[in-house]
Amino acid sequence: MCAPIDTEPHVLSEFDKRVDALRAVLSLKGLMTVDELRRGIEEIPEDEYHRLSYYQRWIRSITAILMRKGVITEAELSAALERR
Amino acid sequence: MAAFAPGTTVRVKDDWPESRGPAHIRTPHYLRGMHGRVVRRLGAFANPEDLAFARPAERRSLYHVAFDQPAVWQEGRAGDELLVELFEHWLEPA
Repeated sequence: MCAPIDTEPHVLSEFDKRVDALRAVLSLKGLMTVDELRRGIEEIPEDEYHRLSYYQRWIRSITAILMRKGVITEAELSAALERR
Repeated sequence: MAAFAPGTTVRVKDDWPESRGPAHIRTPHYLRGMHGRVVRRLGAFANPEDLAFARPAERRSLYHVAFDQPAVWQEGRAGDELLVELFEHWLEPA
């Protein structure tokens, strides 16, 4: 029923660290909680959930929550992605 | 809600809020309806089921509850225990 758990430490990418930092800043500013983050991760459709890495799930959840709360708009997000 | 003393046998509510709409639950599905033994009260914490939706959250008691693992997972040796953190509103006297 259960598979052995991989307990080896994983190397964090620059992306991973930035997502983690963003989550910490959003908490400090009172814009979202870790409980909301978890709920947002649970909302990811199953096939997509399995395709995403750990921190990709976080940013997917953070994005959805911030858009739902009106902290960022879809247009702002698109514009920011264009600039990259 | 009355506090559960250590050693009290409790039953985890056989409730499935996720079937009634969006929900965030910290009670594992495999424990719903199972009997366990209260080990200790861990304190009171804001209810994550509300925090997850940015709603005002009441503080609720959280307990360590022990379960007979082979009965829950159909694996493990006799005497193996599963220790799980459960909020008071998921527990009822057995």
